[in-house]
Amino acid sequence: MKVNMVGAINNALELAMREDDRIVILGEDVGRDGGVFRVTDGLIDKFGAKRVVDTPLEESGIIGASIGMALAGLRPVPEIQFAGFMLLAFSQLVNHAARYRTRTRGTMSVPMVVRTPVSGGVRTLEHHSDSPEALYSHIGGLIVIEPSNPYDAKGLLIKALRMQDPVIFLEPTKLYRLFKQEIPDENYEVPIGKANYMRKGNDLTIITYGTMAPLVQEVADKKNVSADVIDLRTINPVDEQTILESVKRTGRAMIVHEAELSFGVGAEISARIAEKAIFELSAPIIRVASPSIPYPFPGYEGFYLPNAKKIGDAIDRILSV
Amino acid sequence: MKKQVYSCGIDYLQVMDEDGGIDLQLMPSIPDSKIVEMYKWMLFTRNLDAKTLSLQRQGRAVTYAPLVGEEASQIGVALAMRKDDVLAPSFRQHGIHIARGQPLDDYFIYWKGYEDGSKSARSINALAVCVPVGTQVPHGAGVAFAQRYMGKDAATVAYVGDGGTSEGDFHEALNFAGVYKLPLIVVIENNQWAISVPRKGQTAAETLAQKAVAAGIRGVQVDGNDVLAVYKAAADALASAKDGPTLIECVTYRMGMHTTADDPTKYRAEEEVNAWKARDPLRRVNLYLTSKGLWSSQLEQETTEQHQRQIDEAVERAEQFKPDPRGMFETLYSFMPDALKEEEDNAVSNNFWM
Ligand SMILES: Cc1ncc(C[n+]2csc(CCOP(=O)(O)OP(=O)(O)O)c2C)c(N)n1
Ligand SMILES: [Mg+2]
Repeated sequence: MKVNMVGAINNALELAMREDDRIVILGEDVGRDGGVFRVTDGLIDKFGAKRVVDTPLEESGIIGASIGMALAGLRPVPEIQFAGFMLLAFSQLVNHAARYRTRTRGTMSVPMVVRTPVSGGVRTLEHHSDSPEALYSHIGGLIVIEPSNPYDAKGLLIKALRMQDPVIFLEPTKLYRLFKQEIPDENYEVPIGKANYMRKGNDLTIITYGTMAPLVQEVADKKNVSADVIDLRTINPVDEQTILESVKRTGRAMIVHEAELSFGVGAEISARIAEKAIFELSAPIIRVASPSIPYPFPGYEGFYLPNAKKIGDAIDRILSV
Repeated sequence: MKKQVYSCGIDYLQVMDEDGGIDLQLMPSIPDSKIVEMYKWMLFTRNLDAKTLSLQRQGRAVTYAPLVGEEASQIGVALAMRKDDVLAPSFRQHGIHIARGQPLDDYFIYWKGYEDGSKSARSINALAVCVPVGTQVPHGAGVAFAQRYMGKDAATVAYVGDGGTSEGDFHEALNFAGVYKLPLIVVIENNQWAISVPRKGQTAAETLAQKAVAAGIRGVQVDGNDVLAVYKAAADALASAKDGPTLIECVTYRMGMHTTADDPTKYRAEEEVNAWKARDPLRRVNLYLTSKGLWSSQLEQETTEQHQRQIDEAVERAEQFKPDPRGMFETLYSFMPDALKEEEDNAVSNNFWM
């Protein structure tokens, strides 16, 4: 089938729900409305209101109840309408979802997949464009996934829905309908914790994910540089092995993400490279990210988001060393 | 032993019926000129709403939340509030901001997508527009706490939607205000829908006003399309705010889409919308004022034209607004950290990579 990311996720949910009747989707407007981005469109007709549940407007309630459902043997797939509003459920995620397994020494677990749209570039109102992957990755016990294309979105989601762990599944709104891709009709898995080479080269490694992945690839192609472009796909646990393998080969590392610069995923990856491959680097590591300030109102997002020029300049800089 | 330890009921208040008839016993003692003023503000709000919607459709405004149908639930409160009272709005209360004196230019700058439009909130004693549903209500409780603490003769009005009453923050705020008997008025603008979820999907409770009961505060339900009932409930609550909080549920209806990104035909029937047209908040006041010789179709037309001129001029001025992206950096902290300064300088010297 040829689908965009919305279609791929919708299809993954449908296949998984057919395979496993413990799966229940719940969230604000996920039923009749099909979600504000139409990701769950049609699922209420296929599986009924028992399995596709329109909840009251209460994020902490949605996640807290999902934790209870998971502990009791269901496989909830809560949708939080925008990542900015998941903070209202932060306590449930950090204090409970992440800790239940280790708290009970593996005897109780919380198999749930929390889906939420992330990142900007689509001129939305305040709090609708946040990139919170580092917040959740900082919490041991939560798996954090962020696909950048329809193929990965479907395979990663199917895999996540078969796992025993709480998964934060971040869906970049900008990529929801940006492009279509030919993907298999049937079930397939994309491994979690494994990055993907989008492109191979010799002079530079660019590590990226989410909204920035297609942009980085485009810039690297246009500039015709010999660069590895690695799409993390899973933020936590990070695929350190692939990163180090590439960086040791190219000797230059750049990390590109849309989230704010400071204390972000780029910092974590830089630290790992510095710890384990610093003597193999021929240039300082460069991070390209949004400034260390909250995501602005839409009128300013053009001044805020990393764009092709900013990425291109950074490539020139690192290659000139 | 078994005995009843508590019982309660919720009053419903309507002063003006759908055809402009008045319940004289409930009529607040205000001159007719005040009712004309209410009507003009409702008309202005409706004209402004239509303009913003059309700007959004032309790509000249960002995602917008229309308020058509909910004018009385906003203007009735706005005109009952005193200057020193503080407003803690949600994201659909454009009518109150404007009636409390927000410069129109700023309104349009906000809806063009710039923080700069929020600069004047302070001057009208309003908090900033609040997008995360329900989270403004605890702020309202805090402002009320400060008003009490500072010995001010003022109260706080926090707005929330029917959907917002499901959030923990809403309940925590009522509870907080109840414990300290704070001068807080929480207005639920119950427009029957939270995007696609109907009122009944939010709570098994018969009314939203009864949410006050568990917090031990006063609660009342009013006809939210009756500006006089809304005004009276707000004025009464404000007058007794020194004795503690009140929860006011305004029963109204969202005549338009949730926001410009929404398609209501997906989840609600046209008949439902049509049924509410007869209960329009402007129509009944128009009938009342016309019957008293205080309004006419000619006045209506002249006033609308005047509003449109005023609005168009503000749009023109807002179009001249020059965004300054350095504001993102300069206003983040009360001081400038070195590392942030470096990020800013870098952005400026590269012209923000534009
Ligand atoms: C905490 C939070 N969750 C979700 C949203 C997305 N959202 C915006 S408005 C809305 C519905 C609000 O309904 P209601 O409280 O009835 O207010 P109304 O929009 O009807 O004025 C939702 C779910 C949000 N803004 N904030
Ligand atoms: Mg509502």
